[in-house]
Amino acid sequence: MAFISIKNLCFSYAEETDPQPHINAVDDVSLEISEGEFLAVIGHNGCGKSTLAKHLNAMLLPDSGKVYVDGDDTADEEKTWDIREKVGLVLQNPDNQLVASIVEEDVAFGPENLGVDPAEIRQRVDSALKAVDMYEYRMHAPDKLSGGQKQRVAIAGILAIRPKCIVLDEPTAMLDPSGRSEVMSTLLKLNKEKGITIVLITHYMDEAVLADRVVVMDSAKVLTEGTPGEVFSQVELLKKHRLDVPQAAELAHRLRGCGVKIDRIPLTREDCVKMLEEAMK
Amino acid sequence: MVRDVSFGQYFPGNSIIHKLDPRGKILMFIAYIVIIFCAFNYASLAITTAFIAFVLILTKIPFKFYLKSLKVIIFIVIFTSVLNLFYGAGEPLWQWWILKITWDGINRAVFVSVRITCLIIASSCLTFTTSPTELTDAIERLMKPLKAIHFPVHEVAMMMSLALRFIPTLLEETDKIMSAQKARGANTDSGNIIKRVKALVPILIPLFVSAFRRAYDIAMAMECRCYRGGAGRTRMKSIHMGARDTVSFIATALVIAGVIVCNIMIPAVV
Repeated sequence: MAFISIKNLCFSYAEETDPQPHINAVDDVSLEISEGEFLAVIGHNGCGKSTLAKHLNAMLLPDSGKVYVDGDDTADEEKTWDIREKVGLVLQNPDNQLVASIVEEDVAFGPENLGVDPAEIRQRVDSALKAVDMYEYRMHAPDKLSGGQKQRVAIAGILAIRPKCIVLDEPTAMLDPSGRSEVMSTLLKLNKEKGITIVLITHYMDEAVLADRVVVMDSAKVLTEGTPGEVFSQVELLKKHRLDVPQAAELAHRLRGCGVKIDRIPLTREDCVKMLEEAMK
Repeated sequence: MVRDVSFGQYFPGNSIIHKLDPRGKILMFIAYIVIIFCAFNYASLAITTAFIAFVLILTKIPFKFYLKSLKVIIFIVIFTSVLNLFYGAGEPLWQWWILKITWDGINRAVFVSVRITCLIIASSCLTFTTSPTELTDAIERLMKPLKAIHFPVHEVAMMMSLALRFIPTLLEETDKIMSAQKARGANTDSGNIIKRVKALVPILIPLFVSAFRRAYDIAMAMECRCYRGGAGRTRMKSIHMGARDTVSFIATALVIAGVIVCNIMIPAVV
């Protein structure tokens, strides 16, 4: 069985008695996430991707359908804290996630809540801060850091809990480009070196390209899923749902339309340059 | 503009004062406040002033930060000492209309200004060298006996540390809202007092709304990090008393003893 498996998940924010038509924020979504995977979930604002993220660590419970984390049902209240220890959730606004006035004390907050031994907390905090390259800033005040640095501290805070999986709900939405790339390279490092499962909710296509697998959501349902190559070669489908494609894929698609022969859709700038070189020959 | 406040800030460092047990620091701070107001003659006042000056040097924090924290209350110091100057009893040294200056008044003015200054320096020494987490941690432990009467000790300490954490964030936000409202033509610094108070409404309402939204986010982030109240929590930095704490207690006790002895030996001037 996959590490996280979602079966026919439906969820609505509206009350049953609400007179308005009943709209599901997540509608009949099924998804499997295996251990060690880097999964990106993309889609418009309001397509249900954040709601989906909050189901993965039992912050929200399904109206119908099931979510299993490592074999445990999220609806089982006795398992809630076990699940939150296994799946950490990083939110969009880094300011609102840091609870202590000193970086290292903030990172210690999670393990402190779990009742971990002080010496072990110290060790976890140091290794979490080193993993996100924020060790030199351990004595700083969070409000003196840049957005990207704050978000990396927030990731370290989750990392110190030693989860198997980190879910990030648009962690780069409030960051500038350099902050975004800091966060992305940290996530890739954690995934490759520590084998932590990453679920990245984003609306930046350039970030989704770096994932192992991409799930596209549109109006509460899964539109398509596959490797970045598979997903972004369906340029027509994505365009129909007013979703962006990476610039390189877009260029290749248009060149194809003009009759240029291209076998593989490029995803990154480097790929694109290679593709153009080949096409020129 | 509003961010330029050094009172209540923490400066990370490695001095002896930084390393003292925060519980001890709080207790000594309270003892010191009491003793300042029990200094009734110049000798005891000198002892208390010398003591805080010594502590200030030990903190190894640049003097200008202490000056900055004094700047906030300098007006209060001047105001109260001027009031005291004219309220003394006894033979007037100088008199004009109903205003008279006496030796008693001068003494009172000196005592009041020195006491307030020492008080602010002492509280700066405490907050500059103790991180808010240490401070609230210490308060939580000192208040532990209150748990017996069902006082929510952990919750109060948690609220205090969150409040301290978000002071700079909310100040920054106030700045932003003020700029945004100014950009829309709001006028906050002219007109009479009623107009000015009314002009604060469009700043306070967005600030409150965003503070509540933030609170909701923070609660969620805390739950994500397995926070479920004080039960079963451990601490990374366990605080314990050491030799240096004993030394600091002895020093404080000596100052208290010195003040008491001076008070007995030398007649009071105020």
